[in-house]
Amino acid sequence: MICYGTRVTAGVVPGKGGEEVHGIPVFDTVREVLSRAPIRASVIAVPPLSVRSAALEAIDAGVSLLIIMTERVPRRDIVEVIEWAVEAGTRIIGPNSLGMISPGRWKLGAIGGRLDDARKAYSPGPVAILSRSGGMTTEIANLLTANGIGQSLCVSIGGDYIVGSTFSDLIPVLDDDRGTECIVVFGEPGGTKEEQLADYVRKHGVTKPIVAFVAGKFVDAMPWTRFGHAGVMVEGDRGSVASKVRSLREAGVTVVDELSAIPQAVRRELWR
Amino acid sequence: VESKRILAVEGLSIPKGGLVSNPGEAEEKASELGCPVYVKAQVPIHRRSALGGVKLAATPAEARRVASSMLGMRLGGWDVERLLVEEAVKGDGQVFIAFAYSDALKQPLLLASLRGGASVEEGPSIAKEIRPSRGLQPFQARQVSSRLGLRGKRTIALSEFLIRAWSVFRDYDATLLEVNPLTFTPHSGVVALDVHMQLDDDALESNEALRKLQLPSRPELGHPPTPFELRASEIDRTDYRGVAGRVLEFSGDLGLLIGGGGASLTIFDAIRRHGGNPANYCEIGGNPTVRKTAELTKLILTKPGVQKLAVITNVLNNTRVDLLVRGVLKGMMELRIDPGKYPVLFRVPGSWEEEARLILEAYGLHLLGRETSLEDAARLAVEDLGR
Repeated sequence: MICYGTRVTAGVVPGKGGEEVHGIPVFDTVREVLSRAPIRASVIAVPPLSVRSAALEAIDAGVSLLIIMTERVPRRDIVEVIEWAVEAGTRIIGPNSLGMISPGRWKLGAIGGRLDDARKAYSPGPVAILSRSGGMTTEIANLLTANGIGQSLCVSIGGDYIVGSTFSDLIPVLDDDRGTECIVVFGEPGGTKEEQLADYVRKHGVTKPIVAFVAGKFVDAMPWTRFGHAGVMVEGDRGSVASKVRSLREAGVTVVDELSAIPQAVRRELWR
Repeated sequence: VESKRILAVEGLSIPKGGLVSNPGEAEEKASELGCPVYVKAQVPIHRRSALGGVKLAATPAEARRVASSMLGMRLGGWDVERLLVEEAVKGDGQVFIAFAYSDALKQPLLLASLRGGASVEEGPSIAKEIRPSRGLQPFQARQVSSRLGLRGKRTIALSEFLIRAWSVFRDYDATLLEVNPLTFTPHSGVVALDVHMQLDDDALESNEALRKLQLPSRPELGHPPTPFELRASEIDRTDYRGVAGRVLEFSGDLGLLIGGGGASLTIFDAIRRHGGNPANYCEIGGNPTVRKTAELTKLILTKPGVQKLAVITNVLNNTRVDLLVRGVLKGMMELRIDPGKYPVLFRVPGSWEEEARLILEAYGLHLLGRETSLEDAARLAVEDLGR
């Protein structure tokens, strides 16, 4: 993160206050950090059962953007964290998020990996990526970069069934973002996040074109089986890829059938 | 049965009954309870009654006959080994209720409707959001009962049930608690006739109440796990670092080592679209140890019918490509397979990619990097590995 350009001002580890890591001071509480400098964002990478407490502390301190990278956070904990966040006006990305990156400027979390690797996959440009899969965020960025298309903001929204910010929560932000001209969405089976996105597009309209890809078509034939991310399970016929693709298309979203078709579809939207 | 046990422990009323494993016991249990009774196959499937897993018996002798035909049946891939014999409660009216989480509202939700049954969607239904910090308050439960059209004592009976069921949902870290249906007894009590609960795997360790119950673990596979799948999850459990598992068995000839969550879904689709026949689905990610990758490789390569192997991942963020490649080669060599002579494809771009390339070249193998798309890698695996 530091190498990539993110200004990391402090770390918080209760019990390790006063220490330093790579020259960056460590504090026992978030409030202590706040007394020295404002905090724009905070990244949480603690064990699953400590996430609730760490997140509530950051929300209480008034952190406006919170990235939760931890996987396997109990569901009762995350809904409570989200309830606090809604009241405080904190935006939460994750849990089970790899982070977010504004190519060439900063990154929050492990997204993109080491400096050299992040530079190879991500390049600055006009396309935003929202993805339920962290790994696929980087894969899609790499695919765009290889085709000469850069990215404005790439967000791994988290693989869990319940995450702080869904596609439809983030689309309005990107729609208002002057650096973004087109939005790529990576969906998966299970849950209703893609259907919510379709609803949002239908009801509110989005000025910027959206290109979507939904992975896991084979999962439709295997209901009640959990795949990978905690949020991936087709329940009866609810959450199937077929239903997601249908509702997105009905809402006017461009849905590509192959991952490799994304750059071409994006280019078509950009030159339109 | 486990769900009903939890409800009973928490003081919610369920039909009397017991588990049996042979027809004689079923007959005894039926006469002890008084007929009619329900005989229910104990298998973890959805729509059990539609598949013939629930039957009514009017006499103990009939319970014996039903039991002997049901035991040994296969339902949704599961062998029926145990039956629940349960009094058939003569209730009045049916209510469906469920506590679940909404991924749209990011809150728990109470769903309720009258005339619950096999097709709950048909009745009028109420959805009530529950603020996690406030829980379900008694007045809210009474409002829900009243909006369902209940009056007087029944409103009270249902709302008391709802409050208790909410406590169970919360205290046991359920992700779903469904009662379908519950019914009213002549004295305005309520009985939960059928209960289905899903628990949050991620909360099992931290939840005292759940640990005490010592529930059997149930993989969410939609079918009983095959020996191949069981062995894969054993391998994954040998070390907490990284994932090299979550395997599903298929019948094809192409072994797959693919990763991680969203990438596995994408790659599997692409292999299928290009006409490939996968022998398995799996997930690799989060930097698994060389040993885990090697063991998983061995498991897949020794699966009958497997003739080729594709190692395909997304552009890896944090998993070390060289360690992944080492694991695969180690697995092959422990099986005395010469990696240079086996039909295998590697598309693993990411960190420590150059080191991985050198390792593979020492065995006469080639590493496909980020310049080859996932789609092309899948196509090559299908077209070029065949003989």
